[in-house]
Formats: sequence, C-alpha cells, structure tokens
Amino acid sequence: MERNLTMPDVRIVNVTKRFEKIVAVNNVSLHVYDKEYFSLLGPSGCGKTTLLRLIAGLIQPDEGEIYIGDKLVNDVPPEDRDIGFVFQTFALFPHMNAWDNVTYGPKVKGFDMKKAETIGHEVLDMVRLHERLDAFPSELSGGMMQRIAVARALAAGAKLLLLDEPLGQLDAKVRNELRYEIRRMVRDLDLTAIHVTHDQSEAMAISDRIAVMKKGKVLQVGTPKELYMNPISIFVAHFIGESNFLEGYILSVKGNGALIELRGGVKVQAANKDVERGGRVILAIRPEAFVIERGVKKRKNPVLGVVERVTFEGTNIRYEVRLENQDLAVVVKPSLVGEWFNTGEKVTLSFPPEKAHVFAYPEAGLREEMAVE
Amino acid sequence: MPKPKIIETLDRLSSKPEVKYGVYLTAVIAFFALILLPPMLGIIIKWNTMQQVLNQPELTARALSAIGNSFAVALLVSALDVVTGIPMAWLITRGKSKLLNVLDTLSDIPFIVPTAALGYSLLLFWSKPEGVSSLFGSPLVSPGWLLVVLLHFAFSYPVVVRVVVGALLDYKMEYEQASRTLGAPPFTASRTVTLSILKPSLIAAFILAFSRSISETGATMMVAGILENGNYVPLSENGATFIQTHLGPNNEITGPVVFASFILMILSCSIFIIIRLLGPRLKTPIKKVWPATERKLSYSVATSSRNGISLLTFFIFVLIPSLFVALPAIEAIFGGPLPEALGGVRIWGEYWQGLLLSYWLGAAVTLLNMVIGLPMAIIIAREKFGKRASATLDILVNIPLIVTSAALGASLKIFWESFALIPEILLLIFAHLCITYPYLVRSMSAAVERISEDLEEASRTLGAKPLSVFRTIILPLTKYSIFSGAIMVFTRSVSETGATLAVTKLRTAPVVIVDWVRQKTPATSLEIGLGCGFLILFSFVILLALRLIVRGKGRY
Repeated sequence: MERNLTMPDVRIVNVTKRFEKIVAVNNVSLHVYDKEYFSLLGPSGCGKTTLLRLIAGLIQPDEGEIYIGDKLVNDVPPEDRDIGFVFQTFALFPHMNAWDNVTYGPKVKGFDMKKAETIGHEVLDMVRLHERLDAFPSELSGGMMQRIAVARALAAGAKLLLLDEPLGQLDAKVRNELRYEIRRMVRDLDLTAIHVTHDQSEAMAISDRIAVMKKGKVLQVGTPKELYMNPISIFVAHFIGESNFLEGYILSVKGNGALIELRGGVKVQAANKDVERGGRVILAIRPEAFVIERGVKKRKNPVLGVVERVTFEGTNIRYEVRLENQDLAVVVKPSLVGEWFNTGEKVTLSFPPEKAHVFAYPEAGLREEMAVE
Repeated sequence: MPKPKIIETLDRLSSKPEVKYGVYLTAVIAFFALILLPPMLGIIIKWNTMQQVLNQPELTARALSAIGNSFAVALLVSALDVVTGIPMAWLITRGKSKLLNVLDTLSDIPFIVPTAALGYSLLLFWSKPEGVSSLFGSPLVSPGWLLVVLLHFAFSYPVVVRVVVGALLDYKMEYEQASRTLGAPPFTASRTVTLSILKPSLIAAFILAFSRSISETGATMMVAGILENGNYVPLSENGATFIQTHLGPNNEITGPVVFASFILMILSCSIFIIIRLLGPRLKTPIKKVWPATERKLSYSVATSSRNGISLLTFFIFVLIPSLFVALPAIEAIFGGPLPEALGGVRIWGEYWQGLLLSYWLGAAVTLLNMVIGLPMAIIIAREKFGKRASATLDILVNIPLIVTSAALGASLKIFWESFALIPEILLLIFAHLCITYPYLVRSMSAAVERISEDLEEASRTLGAKPLSVFRTIILPLTKYSIFSGAIMVFTRSVSETGATLAVTKLRTAPVVIVDWVRQKTPATSLEIGLGCGFLILFSFVILLALRLIVRGKGRY
C-alpha cells in the first residue's frame, strides 16, 4: 500500500484543557517521535483520552500548542490532520456493512472506486479478516469489530494512528492476541501510534515508550524498562508493577548511599536520591527484588520475618512475610527456581540497596499518593 | 412507614398472574372498545348512506377532490417541515450561542397556541390589512390553498423540530467523530453518517407532521374560505372542511360525511402503513461523495448562510405569524372590549363557558388517558404479550393520530348513537380520548423502554410485588415522561375543533372562536383577537407551570 514517506512526530507543548471547573489536561508537554509506538497510561479520569482527542482535533485546547510533523494543528479540523482514530467502542457505522465501513475513508477522500477497493482488500489482509464483509456491525463479534475498526483507520491512509483503549471491550484472551497484532501492523506500516490504556501490562508489552498520567499531569515518560526499574514517584512505582512501600527516616547520608531506619528500629541501606538526614521517606522495593532465605542469615540489608501466607500463582510463588517491625512485605519468586517456604517459617529477607527506591513522604499522605481515582 | 392496607392488598393481588394479566387485558380491550374500533365500526354502520354520494357523480368528485387536497397539503407540508426543520434542529443542538436556548423555547410557540388562535393569527398576518398585506395594498396571501399550506406548515414545524432535536441529543457523536477522523468534512459526515442513522426519527417526524396536518380542522376552516354576504364560502376545500359543510343542521351525519370519513380513514391508514414499511427501506444516498463540493458546504460561509435561512424561515413563516394575534389582543386591552369580556357580557358569556368546558374536558381526558394508557404503554414497552403482539399494538395505537379528527368525530357519533342516547358530554369525552390517546401511550412506552429491566428484576429479587415495582421503580423514573405526555394530551384536547364540531353541539373555546371568525356569531376583529389572546395566555401559563415542574427536576 502506498504511504507518504514523511511520517509525523507529535509535539504537545504546554497544553491545558478544562471542562468547566475540571482541569482534564494540565500543562502537558510531550514529544512522540516518528514511528514510535507511544502509550498514554493511567487510571480512569487521568486525562489520557482527553489528550488523545486533543491530538485528533475532536476537541480544542484552552492553552498550548499541538504539532503534527512541523505543522501547528490547533485550528486544523480532524479530517485534515491525516490521522486514523480507533475508538474504544469501535464506532463502526451501524448502517454500513463491514466492507463499506472499511472503504469509507478512501471514498470520502475522493479516491476512485478501484483504488478504494484495492486499499480495502490490502488492509483486510493485514487484519486477516476477509470473511463476513457483508455483515453489519451488530452481527459481528467483538474481536471482528475491533479488527474492522483498525482496518478502517488504516485504510484512510493515516500517518498517525490514535487508539483509544482499543482492546477495552474485549475479553482477556482476545485482548492478549490482538495487542500484538496491532503492534505488528503499526511496525510493518511504519506508522507513528499513540495508544491510550489503563492496562499497564498492555502498555508494557507493546510500547516503545510510555507516559504515565495522573489527574491531568504527566508524571513520568520512559521505556517500559525505565519506568519499571526507575520509577520517579510513588504513584508510578505503585501503578507500574507492584511495590512494597516501607516507611522510615533518613539516619545518615554518605555518598551514593543513605541509611534508613524503618519502623521498629530496622535499619537498611538504599541508593541516595537527593534525601536529607532526618527526612521522612518511603522506601519502594519490588517483590522480586527481595532475596528470601530460611532462618537468620547475615546479609547486606537483612530484615527478619515470618512467612504469613504462600500463594502458588503458576509461574511464581507469592510470599506474604510479616517483618520483625510488623510491616507486611510481599516477595515473589519463580516457582521452578530455588526452594519453597512454608507458612510460619522464619526467614531472612535482603535486597541490593540500588533496587530500593527512596521517595520523600508525600504531604497528602501515602494512601492519597497511591490512589488511582 | 407502614403501607396503607389498601395498597398492601393491591400489592398482594398484583402478584397473582390472573390479576396482572387481567389488568393488561382490560387495557387492551379498552383500547379496542373505546379508541380503535368505534370510529371504524361507525362508518360500517352507516355504510348504506354512502350510496347517496355514489349516485351523484359531481358530489363524489367534489368529495374526492377535497380529500385529495387534504393529502396533497399534508404530504407537501410534511416534506417542507422536514427539509426546513432539520437545519433548525441542527442549529439548536449543535450551535454554540447561549441564545439558542431561547430559540429552542421559541420553536415550541406554535405548540402552545391553540390552533383556532393560530388560524386567526395567520389569517390576520397574511391576508388582512392589519398584517403584511398593508405593505402591498392588497392581501399578500388570500384565503385558500396557499394560506392553508402556510397554516399547516406553521403548526407542524415544531413537531419536526422537537423530534429531530430529541434524536440529535440522543445520538452518539462518536459516529460523526469517527467519520471526521477518516477524512470526511462536516457536511459529508452529517449526510453519510448522522442523517442515515437518524432515518427512523426523520420518518417518525414526517409521520407526525403528516398526521397533524391531516387532522387539522378548525384553523383550516378559518383560512380556507371567505365571507360573502355574511356566509362562509370555502375557497379551498379539504376533507375536514368538506365534512363540516355537509353535517346536517342538527349535526346529523349525512351520506357525504360518511363517504368522506371512510375514504379519509382508509387512505390515512394506508399511507401510514406504507410509510412505516417502506420508509426504513428507503436508501439514503451515502455511497457517492463529492469531496470538493461538500468541503465547501462545510465552510463557515455555507453554514452561516444555512443558519440564516433557517432562522429567517422560522421567524417569517412560523413565529411572527403565530404570535401576530397578540397585536389586536393588546389593542383590545387598551380601549377595547376588555371590560365587556371580563364582565362576561354578550358573546363573552358563551366564550367563558367554552373556555371552562375546554379546560375541564382537557383535564378529564388527560386523567382518563393515564388510567387506560399507562398499562398499554407497559404492554408495548415490555412486550407483555410477546414481540409480535406488542409491535402490532404499537402500530395500531398510532391509527387515531393519522385519521382526520373530523372524520373520527363523525364516525364515533354514528357508532355511539347506534347504542342508546349517549349524553353529548360523554360523546365529546370519547372523541377527545380517541384523538389524544396515542400521545400519552407513545410518550410513556418510550420512557418505559429506556428503563433497564435489570432495575425491575433487582426490585423483584428484593421482594417487591409487581404493583410495588411499578409504584416504586417505574413510576418515579417515568413521572416526568408522564408529565410530558399529559401536557401533549391536554394541549391537543384544548386545541381540538374538528371532532368537537362533528360529535356535538357543545361549544368549546376553539369552536366559539372559529364561529366568530366565520361570523356565525358576529364579532369584531378586536373581540376575536382578545378571545385568542386569552386562550393563548391561559394555555401558556398552564404549560409554563407544568414545564417548570418537569424541567426544574432536570428531566423531560
């Protein structure tokens, strides 16, 4: 299929959007590079769909600028932005069959019938859906509707593909299959894609980079690995993957390290993250960062505890360990590697200092900071 | 708070299937016995009198010509209403100015002006020296065919606007947005996606406009003829005026009346069924696109022009003519017949009696409709007797809407008089019940359909009996639709003229005004204006009060 070889990047510069008193998007700046698969990730109501719709031109920003390629598009209507948009509800035209839906874009852009048909067949090949083309949307399954919606967006000749929770309406198995198919198509066509989702595993699986949003703001942008390994806020550490949050105070700071006293006088070391002596902090440790051993062991950063609950999750085993200071820590280990522990056993947990992330204790409180709504 | 014993008993009874279905069956029987069958059987009872007409070819031709005029006007007016009403509805729902709320309310004005007053207002505006004719030195539009079209256009227009506004407000904008993201300019998106999806609503709007036009009698009589030597001479005859002019001196139903009523009923039902069946199959032109032209039509110049034309059409052909009667009314207040009117002197005694009768009748009919119409609405919405039966009832309920009220009235009179001496007031109630029943049932059934059955089921699982479910779940959630339906029933009844003239010699306010205009009762133009003014004012106050109750709660 012919495509314009100039693929766009997308720049969002200090964009704000208000709906009466609610600030849905709050002074957001982002740069999505050409051919990048970029995800906007966050809980419901964080502004990610609003931001996507601003890029699409379906709503206009109150402040700021949006560039697609080098072109300022604030006043450009959606039909002139050369985008493809996949709606959460698919928005397939109920009065047109699948084929007419797919070929709608080429037709309204003035392509001749033959060309529209050729494009239609090409995109349907890509989404592997040639059956049921005479069917109307009400007669199609969720997975089929989703493929038609994607095919329709691609057939319009979009340089930029915008996807608003495209898999949200589908069951888990179909969702898992289709996420990779969409990723493959975007890569094969050299498109730039911006994908909105609240599912962090979906975002992590297919994105080149992810922007984590909360309450209209972008908290962190990075690759999936960066976000997982180096979250820069408690919310990101909590929203991406799972973390143990332990409260403590900074006892001393030495070079790249800080000595932290947890509740009950337990002392541990963590990598220094611009913290001051005496400061109240939260220590975030991934469950898989812990080393768990039977009995009392002398280790760097040892914390003693008792196994309170064991859950077999198939690939992993999950241990809930009541620490000596009464905090509860979750430890996740591969089920086929290493020994297993039983409920009631005394264990020693330890972790490398660089795997613990230190955050200043949030003013609004930990619960509020972690809240997803 | 413990329930009153009677409510408890009724609740308990409602769980017995025989009681529940008995209520529904009674509603269906009441519909057939009081609403649907009497008008149809009335014609059959006097079938043999049609021979009078068939033996007189000239009379037959005149009757058929009059009926043809009715349908021609109704079809033309409905088409014009849809073509002009859609852009107006679009402007109201998609426009950005706050003044559009005012426009939305103004577009309903012809609803609250009783058709008798509306007819006189248009007559003044277009034909009389007091109106625009003063600019031209002679009547701009003389009474006759064209003035009938203008009148029918004015009072059917708000029906179309209201239906299309409702459809656009319920419409999922995502479809149009999807179309825009695929490269379609706004005009193409609207044409190929939105209007196609809204086709059922546009067909419904067409049918409603058609039925309103075909039904209208009183105001039509005002604008369709002139006075010559004190006698009313129809210049343009339609089915309704033909029926009126052929009623006997004591309102007896003659052969020509039976003939015209029969033809009108058959044709109306046929056209209705054809539109219902063929309308959905009508393909809108969505395959072909003209990108360059439609892009230009999407630009602000084209849309501003379209909006300007919509507004001009509305103001010149609907709003100003509808309210023009306010001028003589105001003139009458300052140094006119106001003191006489308030004193009930001369013609005013009959006027006030007529007004009281109109409102009493409106209230009685509204109440009766709620009693027999609510169960029917539930039967249709919840498919209590199965899908097919409900769909059939849904169609049958609309039949009284599309039959000319004069024909309906004449036929009802034949039917009920064949049983026994029915008091005139009862005949009148039956006639108004027939005409207004579809408004309440349609409004209520649509409201019940919008309520998820999950809510009723949840209530039942918590122990509520069927009547309790209705009282505590359905009724609270639909009470504003009940209000809405009640408002429509009330205004329709107050406005009704044709059936009233056909069934009885009792004189409601619209009938009195029609007689004043036709000079059956001598009245000056100021007196007529004042009478219309009172009618509009009281109707407006009642409607405003009801509407504030409805809108004040945030639902309609």
